[in-house]
Amino acid sequence: MSDIVLKTENLTKRYGGVHALEGANFELRKGEHVAIMGDNGAGKSTFVRQITAVEQRTSGQVWFDGKEVNFAGPIEAREAGIETVFQNLALADDLDVPSNLFLGREKVLFNLGPFSILDRKYMRKATEAALVRTAVKIPNLSNTIRHMSGGQRQCVAIARTATFASKLIIMDEPTAALGVQETAQVENIIRTLKDNGEPLILISHNMRQVFDLCDRIVVFRRGRIVANLRKENTDGQDIVSYITGAKTGEAELAA
Amino acid sequence: MAQTSHGVGGVGYDARKRTWPAEFNVFLALVILVVIFELIGRVFLGDSFLFNTRADVAGIFNEARLQIIILQVSIVGIIAIGVTQVIITGGIDLSSGSIVGATAMIAMSFAQVATVNGNPNPKAMFLAQGWTDLPVIVPVLVAIGCGLLAGLVNGALIAYTRIPPFIATLGMMVTARGIAKWWSKGQPISFPTDSFAAIGKGLMPVIIFLSLAVLFQLIMTYTRYGKHCYAIGSNEDAARMSGIKIANHKILVYVIAGILAALAAVVLSSKNLTAQAGMGVMYELDAIAMAVIGGVSLSGGRGSIIGTVIGALIFGVIISGFTFLRLDAYYQEMVKGVIIVGAVVLDQWRQRMRALRA
Ligand SMILES: Nc1ncnc2c1ncn2[C@@H]1O[C@H](COP(=O)(O)OP(=O)(O)OP(=O)(O)O)[C@@H](O)[C@H]1O
Ligand SMILES: [Mg+2]
Repeated sequence: MSDIVLKTENLTKRYGGVHALEGANFELRKGEHVAIMGDNGAGKSTFVRQITAVEQRTSGQVWFDGKEVNFAGPIEAREAGIETVFQNLALADDLDVPSNLFLGREKVLFNLGPFSILDRKYMRKATEAALVRTAVKIPNLSNTIRHMSGGQRQCVAIARTATFASKLIIMDEPTAALGVQETAQVENIIRTLKDNGEPLILISHNMRQVFDLCDRIVVFRRGRIVANLRKENTDGQDIVSYITGAKTGEAELAA
Repeated sequence: MAQTSHGVGGVGYDARKRTWPAEFNVFLALVILVVIFELIGRVFLGDSFLFNTRADVAGIFNEARLQIIILQVSIVGIIAIGVTQVIITGGIDLSSGSIVGATAMIAMSFAQVATVNGNPNPKAMFLAQGWTDLPVIVPVLVAIGCGLLAGLVNGALIAYTRIPPFIATLGMMVTARGIAKWWSKGQPISFPTDSFAAIGKGLMPVIIFLSLAVLFQLIMTYTRYGKHCYAIGSNEDAARMSGIKIANHKILVYVIAGILAALAAVVLSSKNLTAQAGMGVMYELDAIAMAVIGGVSLSGGRGSIIGTVIGALIFGVIISGFTFLRLDAYYQEMVKGVIIVGAVVLDQWRQRMRALRA
């Protein structure tokens, strides 16, 4: 089973009495793009937070890249190769685009501990290349993020995940609150990732988008995975009935 | 790349119409202020604020006044360099004035001479131990040690117990002042060695202030430390998620602020040839005011050392401007209060304007 990139078994998270995530069994294979759908509060972001160790899970196991993993925090997850665009963007408003792309992993000219001199030229060049590659349009790289539109900010966050070599990319509602054009842009970035064979977990409420971009759809309802369907074997109607609970029971992947 | 007329990805962008740096506005305010004092002086006093009007003195400018302005702000300016870094990181340091007091007392005790006019130094703290006439490096290192320790306590409290910086440094403010008074039971400590006295002589405070300002401006712009200061101040959660070690960074920032306050104490006590327990009272507020006037935002993430230096000059121009207009010293105190509150109001207003435009 060496082509499994990520696997969770009985992944569970409780916040006091709230059972936000219950016994999630999930698998992702090499090059696969999987969508996670579900109502507000269904536990989608909670699932992401357990995998990326932003929070510590209540119980269950996670395997990543062939090994069982217990990340102590998001940095370890990132170092292991999981790049995430969180639902609440993790950008520093007062920094410019290159600084945000390289935040926490700055390229250094000389190493002087905390006072290491930054290689600003390299980071700027790499940023330009990343933006060109992802076709993101930003008028002035030296502007602070604060002065950018919601779409541009989102694009910066996404370009960041695409800049660094990774083994898995997770995007939590990357196109929520984006205009038509910006959404198309983000979708193009995702297609590029697909062409490069990079696996992806996409959380989205947009049915058309999910059917356009993903191979498989996993539906969360009240903290549980209630459906796991290959795109060819389902349609929008079917998915909606799982999301709303009209259809129940874990729908197994038809082989 | 800087001169392209379109941005990355083909969005129209005119590089010539770049917005100027925020420091430019602050500098403009400085110029306007000087012009106002100059005009008032010419019209009402028949005297010049900036220029030399006396036939018996050479030079175009009134150099005596200019020197007073920079000298006046240099010592608090050294503190403001550290305070700027603290505020950019989203914190505040109310302890710098008291750190100046305590450090001046302790450091000066290691800078004293053994004999004054042939008699044993009446003020010497460590005459019995023979710790007199020590090389200048000793008191300077002692001072740096004091600042480092105070900053370490501030930083560790803020980073590990998550007390708001306002409270943690308020505690240090009271404690350090207590140490300053306890050290010699309220007695001033005087008669430093010539080498120690040289540190604060003439324009030395200005040179020290400006060198430190240049050094830290470079550090804030070109190093990882500087980048992380801005990142933490603008979005601490984002900084944490990006792998920045927030606790370590905050401790380092407060340690640097403590050491800079300690260096200010060395310069001040050297210049005055004495250390007193009440030294540096209210300096923390002056330093914060300089930073805020210079465009450093109290909500963190924005500002620069250059801005603070210009803010310090504005502060100095206002104070000596009022002296020039022969205003009473009491009024000057009151005006200072207005400046401090005014600077904070200005900061709030700037933020509201920014929110409106965004
Ligand atoms: N820190 C927390 N403490 C308590 N309850 C929480 C916490 N975080 C999430 N929850 C609860 O867990 C449930 C799942 O939340 P989650 O954020 O995973 O939803 P989601 O599926 O991502 O929804 P959305 O589509 O709105 O983003 C919700 O009922 C939420 O209120
Ligand atoms: Mg969510």
